[in-house]
Amino acid sequence: MEHLVEVSNLKKYYPARKKLFKERQYVKAVDDVTFYIDKGETFGIVGESGCGKSTLCKTILRLIEPTGGSVVFNGQDVAKLTPEEMRLMRRHMQIIFQDPYASLNPRMTVRELIKAPLDIFSEASEEEKMEKVFSAMELVGLNREFMNKYPHEFSGGQRQRIMIARALILDPEFVCCDEPVSALDVSVRAQVLNLMKDLQSRLSLTYLFISHDLSVVRYLCDRIAVMYLGRIVEIAEKDELYDNTLHPYTKCLISSIPIPDPEVKRHAMVLEGDVPSPYNPPSGCHFHTRCPYAGKQCSEKYPELRELSPGHFVACHYAERIREGK
Amino acid sequence: MKKEKGIRGSYLQDVKERFFHHKLAVFALFFLAVEILAVIFLPMILSLDPYSIDVMAFGRGPSDKHLMGTDDVGRDMFARIVYGGRVSLTVGIISAIISLIVGIPLGLLAGYFRGKWEIIVMRLADIFMSFPSMILILVLASVLGQSIVTITVVIGVLGWPEFARLIYASTLSVREKEYVESAKAIGTKTRGIIVRYIVPNASAPVIIAFTFRTAQAIITESSLSFLGLGVQPPAASWGNILYYAQSISVLANKPWMWVPAGIILIITVLCINFLGDGIRDALDTKMSV
Repeated sequence: MEHLVEVSNLKKYYPARKKLFKERQYVKAVDDVTFYIDKGETFGIVGESGCGKSTLCKTILRLIEPTGGSVVFNGQDVAKLTPEEMRLMRRHMQIIFQDPYASLNPRMTVRELIKAPLDIFSEASEEEKMEKVFSAMELVGLNREFMNKYPHEFSGGQRQRIMIARALILDPEFVCCDEPVSALDVSVRAQVLNLMKDLQSRLSLTYLFISHDLSVVRYLCDRIAVMYLGRIVEIAEKDELYDNTLHPYTKCLISSIPIPDPEVKRHAMVLEGDVPSPYNPPSGCHFHTRCPYAGKQCSEKYPELRELSPGHFVACHYAERIREGK
Repeated sequence: MKKEKGIRGSYLQDVKERFFHHKLAVFALFFLAVEILAVIFLPMILSLDPYSIDVMAFGRGPSDKHLMGTDDVGRDMFARIVYGGRVSLTVGIISAIISLIVGIPLGLLAGYFRGKWEIIVMRLADIFMSFPSMILILVLASVLGQSIVTITVVIGVLGWPEFARLIYASTLSVREKEYVESAKAIGTKTRGIIVRYIVPNASAPVIIAFTFRTAQAIITESSLSFLGLGVQPPAASWGNILYYAQSISVLANKPWMWVPAGIILIITVLCINFLGDGIRDALDTKMSV
């Protein structure tokens, strides 16, 4: 298998207001993130609100300019392309946004919305384009009678289908899904997720799937990365991550998944305190202020991401001890 | 909402359809069209003359010979209103269009690209707006010579900051919307983003401002005429017809000298406003037909 996307040392820092006599501070929304995505797989990223998941996703697509690092897509460093080269590159990498209520232009009909990418990249005739629009609408389960309606006339699930049709009409290889179901009702979530899973196998897509919902990620993804305050703390195959959790933060997240059975007694690890301010993250390991395993060196040195067993990366000083001691 | 058939229903076609469902706006458009045609062609058809003096009728009321009476020096009021309409409509509509053409691109530039464009354009707008415009118009009109063209251009050019600031403000909010990001994500060129995503979503306040601006320009021209720097007598405009009627005896005893001109001015301004309302509603996809 070859890597379709390789992200290395990707950084996005936002400058905070400079105070007099103090050095300028930065909010490190994405800090030194490194991972790869294989062709045809679904790579999940989980983390709580504000940990930099969406920023990471948009930085990979260069909708946000990265501060440093590289994103190699099909052997080309996306971060080094000129704006015009980047614009042409976009037909191969698409995004499905989080909020289908905000991401569709209210002044375009469904037909115009879905056809827009073709108008930019395709030289086909108007009839051929319409054929493609119809087949894309069919693909995502939209009735073609809807084509002259506007986004505000649809429900959230249908809007997200429009968004998916628009993203897929150019046959991209790689699709970033930025929490595509978190704005939807629970009842339509499963429909949209199944649609996405179905489309992946039909069109051999590669997904980067971002979510804060561990059960959704488990359902859809092959490999999963866990983010905390702009950094990746653990990457592993799905089952490996759930069965042999190594990072204490991942442990907390997994133990907090609700179990739909009132008979089962849970022993959830409850985290104390809030997420620290990203302006001023804790020294050393960002998680040490809330970590039940934290020792002395945790507050001094940031633990680098290391491969503990094949394919299982973790950023924790005490990972071995956690693995053996349980 | 009505069901459409076939491969139709792009945004612009829908706008057209919604506009023609707006009865008042269609009436206003019809009225303005008739008025503009009348002002252009009536003088040729009826061979009207706003300057010839009828020595037999000074300040007479409506009669067979003079449909709307005559003014104090015996000129036919109907002819003067038609000729005055040429001046007032030209000044009003053309100068508002000039303001729009100058203001919109500059405001979009400042709002979308920000950075140095924002500084240059918005500070320039501040400078323009801090001039007392009436005095500036007076000075320019006397330097450049008094003609309809000068007045139209000067009023038009001085009006751009209003449009620039309106479109700038709404562009600032629209450019941060997720659908603009989504347009970038599918590889839309910058020009396409501005034309298809920013302008349709940012133009509602501008349309309203345009109708106000037209009405205001007609009134500004009237004031200028009154100060002796607008259209020079004996040429007529609706403004100077009204201003010459400003005495108690004329107001009370010779209504034909000001009522028709006043009514036509009011109806015109109202129609421009209705037209603006209609266009704004037609642009809004959430309005049902």
